[in-house]
Amino acid sequence: MTKLYRTLLFLLAVTACFVWALMGSNALAQTIKIGSSLSVTGPASFLGAPEEKTLRLYVDKINASGGVLGRKLQLIIYDDGGDPNKARTNATRLVEQDKVAVMVGGTTTGATLAMMPIFEDAQIPFVSLAGAIEIIDPVQKYIFKTPHTDRMACEKIFQDMKSRGITKIGMIAGTDAFGKSMHDQCLKVVGNYGITVLADESYGAQDSDMTPQLTNIKNTAGIQAVVNPGFGQGPAIVTRNYRQLGISVPLYESHGVASKSYIDLAGPAAEGVRLPAAALLVANQLPDNDPQKKVVVAYKTTYEKATGEPVSTFGGHAYDGLNIVVAAIRRGGSADPKKIRDEIEKTSHFIGTGGIVNMSPTDHLGLSLAAFRMLEIKNGDWTLVAATH
Amino acid sequence: MAAFLQFAFSGLTVGAVYALVALGFTLIYNASDVVNFAQGEFVMLGGMVTVVLLAAGVPLPLAALIAIAVAIGVGVALHRLAIEPARNASPVALIIITIGASILIRGIAQIVFDKQFHKLPAFSGDAPFEVLGATILPQSFWVMGGTAAIVVLLYVFLERTILGKAVLATAANRLAAHLVGIDTKLIVTLSFGIAAAIGAVAGILVTPITLTSYNVGTLLALKGFAGGMLGGMGNPLGAVLGGLLLGLMEAFGAGYISSTYKDGIAFIVILVVLFISPRGLLGRRSVERV
Repeated sequence: MTKLYRTLLFLLAVTACFVWALMGSNALAQTIKIGSSLSVTGPASFLGAPEEKTLRLYVDKINASGGVLGRKLQLIIYDDGGDPNKARTNATRLVEQDKVAVMVGGTTTGATLAMMPIFEDAQIPFVSLAGAIEIIDPVQKYIFKTPHTDRMACEKIFQDMKSRGITKIGMIAGTDAFGKSMHDQCLKVVGNYGITVLADESYGAQDSDMTPQLTNIKNTAGIQAVVNPGFGQGPAIVTRNYRQLGISVPLYESHGVASKSYIDLAGPAAEGVRLPAAALLVANQLPDNDPQKKVVVAYKTTYEKATGEPVSTFGGHAYDGLNIVVAAIRRGGSADPKKIRDEIEKTSHFIGTGGIVNMSPTDHLGLSLAAFRMLEIKNGDWTLVAATH
Repeated sequence: MAAFLQFAFSGLTVGAVYALVALGFTLIYNASDVVNFAQGEFVMLGGMVTVVLLAAGVPLPLAALIAIAVAIGVGVALHRLAIEPARNASPVALIIITIGASILIRGIAQIVFDKQFHKLPAFSGDAPFEVLGATILPQSFWVMGGTAAIVVLLYVFLERTILGKAVLATAANRLAAHLVGIDTKLIVTLSFGIAAAIGAVAGILVTPITLTSYNVGTLLALKGFAGGMLGGMGNPLGAVLGGLLLGLMEAFGAGYISSTYKDGIAFIVILVVLFISPRGLLGRRSVERV
């Protein structure tokens, strides 16, 4: 008898659970689900961590001020640790289990490329936060991205060289993924600016001395400037060796070293170095009539106040992605994934931290070269180089 | 000529660091037959501890001394806690233990310090000297001078002191040394301590040029090991020679042949040398007693 009683009680409990779960999911259906897979831990955590903080911060802010279309946003973030396999699993989970309406994430290019087919098949829009141009070239219907590409960084550098009358350059690139990719992109576009590369050297990402390579560049007759596509500590050592050898032509670094630690590591050797970077880096130095000034200063202040950490361009990519999506949902008046996609593609004159975004069916990035600012290091700080074109 | 000199300066500076790492390998290998792959972590500790202390306001000489002491402590602990308890394990097992220890030290360093790169100020200014059209940083003299001083000190210690002779005796035959009353366990511990100190000094000397972070040790351990193999594992002079040669090959390879393949060039030369002379350039003078 007691056994039967227990069984009945158990069944009752199970039923109750089901009912509760159904009610729960009904209540959740009122929210708009935004999915995300980020490299919060692992080797790319310095990119993923600020992205995660930014997404949480701004979803909370949007919800606190009434949400979107009268509905709250529900943010579902999974950590992929920088592993494309894990990212793919996360993507499947977001699509099949969580049934997200839209995806903002994908910290690294590898993770993004692994997740793209899943979202394309499920017809759910995916705004990536990774750098490589392969994500949006060729254009896929449901895939977008917010960060500028390294090809644009090359173009910005060459544009600046052209305006200074420089036509013959040397290149010294890191052999890591970032350095190599940018090196290849630079070689693809360099001809468009009437510039020829006379010396093309490389160094390992962990090398501690680049004077032999730089000596070769120094001894190549006619070089008017040097470009160093690289990431991490390599460019700091290149900069120091550059000054040690007394090379006097201008040195251009990439957006990969656009952080205070580069200036700190390279020390006085960094004086006069030029590099392209996002407006966020020089938020407070932008002239008041700059259209991006308000946005980048507001993001910088909000982020630094909430986290106590200095702002980074990577968190800015997440800010741009989230706000492009939210604006698309508001414009379309619907949280249907296909509707959101159509509206993201119509994004025009959206002012973000990375630049002014104008998307089209053939351009799922929507940034122009104006997104990059040319900076010069003076007295140990960034200064804006006045546009001469 | 200027280019040649420039490559030579670069190679000698980098090579001096490889030489010190290789020397650490050799000392421990001689005393205990262990190839200590945690040798690179001592270089990292020397640099990182100095950086952190300097940032905390400790004057540079004192910070450097404390860093060396910390590295010695870690080296001795490595021997007493990880190597000595497994003394009877096979050499391969011991090597795996040292690899494990290096991962552990790196992991702890990552938490205790941080994941950023750091620099130290150069000991005597940043203004490069000009020599026949090539330039050399004052810090490079510190690195090369420091290496030379360590080699001389080590030589005097090993050849001219009772303790040093005990180290040599233990290296030659541990059982026999034990039988004549030498505390071989203490001697092996001492070797770990000296190797750690040499690594730390290398880290402190080179950080103003190369920067440092929690994971610089791995590559240095590999390069130092390659240098040691080239010179002849077990021969201190061979270690120094091998390290310097490796640094020079990298610099000349990058300068004259191709910067893309400079590591490949160095390793091909090492392979060729080892094919011709498997014990390295100055192989261990091993005498078989019958």
